[in-house]
Amino acid sequence: MTYAFQAEGLVKRFGSTTALSGIDLAARQGSILGVLGPNGAGKTTAVRILATLLRPDAGTATVAGYDVVRDAERVRRVIGLTGQYASVDDDLTGTENLVLIGQLLDFRTSDARARAKELLSHFELADAADRPVKTYSGGMRRRLDLAAGLVGRPDVIYLDEPTTGLDPVRREDVWRIIRTLVDDGVTVLLTTQYLEEADALADDISVIDQGRVIAAGTPAELKRIVGGQHLDLRPTDVARMADAAAILADVAGQPVESPGRGQLTVPVADDTALTAAVARLDAARIGVAELSLRLPNLDDVFFTLTGHGTTDTEEDAA
Amino acid sequence: MSTTLTAPNDITRARTPSTTRPFGLVRHSVALAKRSLIKTRRTPEQLLDVTLQPIMFVVLFVYLLGGAVAGSTHDYLQFMLPALLTMQVTFASVQTGINLNDDIKKGVFDRFRSMPIARSAPLIGSVLGDVIRYVISIVVLLGFGSLVGFRIETNPMSALAACLLVMLFAFCMSWIFVLLGMLVREPGAVQGIGFLALFPLTFGTNLLTPTDTLPGWLQAWVDVNPLTQVMAAARGLMVDGPVAGPVIHTLLWSVGLLAVFFPLAVRAYRRRT
Repeated sequence: MTYAFQAEGLVKRFGSTTALSGIDLAARQGSILGVLGPNGAGKTTAVRILATLLRPDAGTATVAGYDVVRDAERVRRVIGLTGQYASVDDDLTGTENLVLIGQLLDFRTSDARARAKELLSHFELADAADRPVKTYSGGMRRRLDLAAGLVGRPDVIYLDEPTTGLDPVRREDVWRIIRTLVDDGVTVLLTTQYLEEADALADDISVIDQGRVIAAGTPAELKRIVGGQHLDLRPTDVARMADAAAILADVAGQPVESPGRGQLTVPVADDTALTAAVARLDAARIGVAELSLRLPNLDDVFFTLTGHGTTDTEEDAA
Repeated sequence: MSTTLTAPNDITRARTPSTTRPFGLVRHSVALAKRSLIKTRRTPEQLLDVTLQPIMFVVLFVYLLGGAVAGSTHDYLQFMLPALLTMQVTFASVQTGINLNDDIKKGVFDRFRSMPIARSAPLIGSVLGDVIRYVISIVVLLGFGSLVGFRIETNPMSALAACLLVMLFAFCMSWIFVLLGMLVREPGAVQGIGFLALFPLTFGTNLLTPTDTLPGWLQAWVDVNPLTQVMAAARGLMVDGPVAGPVIHTLLWSVGLLAVFFPLAVRAYRRRT
């Protein structure tokens, strides 16, 4: 199988801190690899090595077949970088930022202008094109960040926490943009601390914690690690909670938990439990506001894998 | 945004053939110098040190010290202004280091570093872009100077040569501050350390007073101080005094500073993570 990028055994230390202690990452061409972990897990360090900004202390990484240390120049020709550490310039306008990047990529000035215009209208920034970036809203800035990474039509794009700090609506906007990138055959490395984001976008997920990959697989595979499906129930009448809980316990043969007020959840062996629960609740005349069968979410996955949940360890080292 | 996102193919895939064009370092540096100029234009408050400060120094020095040192403010103005011009332009070069440090902190340079351009291009671009600061500083100083009575006693060409020589020296010297900008954490520290180094260099000359009035140890310092040579060259080219010796010394110092600090600055930039 050919990988768009591949990292093996990357180690990076900063003084006495070990940011990466031997991680492997790989993404097929045209896929999104989600790198999921809390602050300080080493996500940004991994991206910076793959973007030729840092040299690994041990291990190797290749992008489009080129070694990130020996062939850094070639790697830089095929990558686009976006995120918390590769910023656009606040004092320049959207157009000026993108034209500058085009010029640095050896576009003729006219081509650089055309490309900037094309990207700005694609990302719905045409109206703000001639305003300094410092007047942009958070969402506009992220879109410009994304556009800046795309000027050179890269084969591989690194998105380092592209939605951190955005409100949910803006986040969905950025997600839509990211999905369109892979439709064009671009390979994306997405780092995130949002489990929901990795789940929504990534074809494969590597969960990293304290500089190690602690799990890797498709979102569904990761969810399966935690175990089977859960049945969630929210009765309309809170007074009938005890009755409803008894029915679920009976159907599932497992103890029922109440994760929140008016909510019940129970692990179930298969989806026949759903029909059984519907029939029994109906017979007992318990009204149902919500009844669903779900895989565990990625928060559950992280907890199972690390035993410590997604609490931040420390600020990202680099 | 769904409507515009339905035809993304031409956005990411349709590669325009970007032929590798020659003189990459020059073109990239010029593009980055333009960026630096735009930033200067948008943040005019950063120009206070090259607009109001020269005027303040002229007023302070000429009217505070002129009578005591030279017996007349006009004579003192003729004596001091070429040296003050040297000092101002040298001061202006510190800002390059401050700006670069800020750029790195903000992450703007990480994008440049992830691009297929020479490592030195962003640094050269910033230093070149800041030449405008030298020009403004000189125009303000000469403009205000002539308003209060300064006269070029040589000729315009020679005065122009003085300005260019001072700018060349400041350009070469600014690589020290670029290096400093790479080595310290905060823009404020660049400023602090930069001026700590600049005060003995600029004031430890015959800027304000003739050297023979100084104690011996200070005379020794003044004699080896490169700024003394630059100031003497500027004085010679604008008013009167020896020219050839100071000019040659200034050129040698310029080349020397560039040869030492340019590679060091680029290396520090490469290593900064």
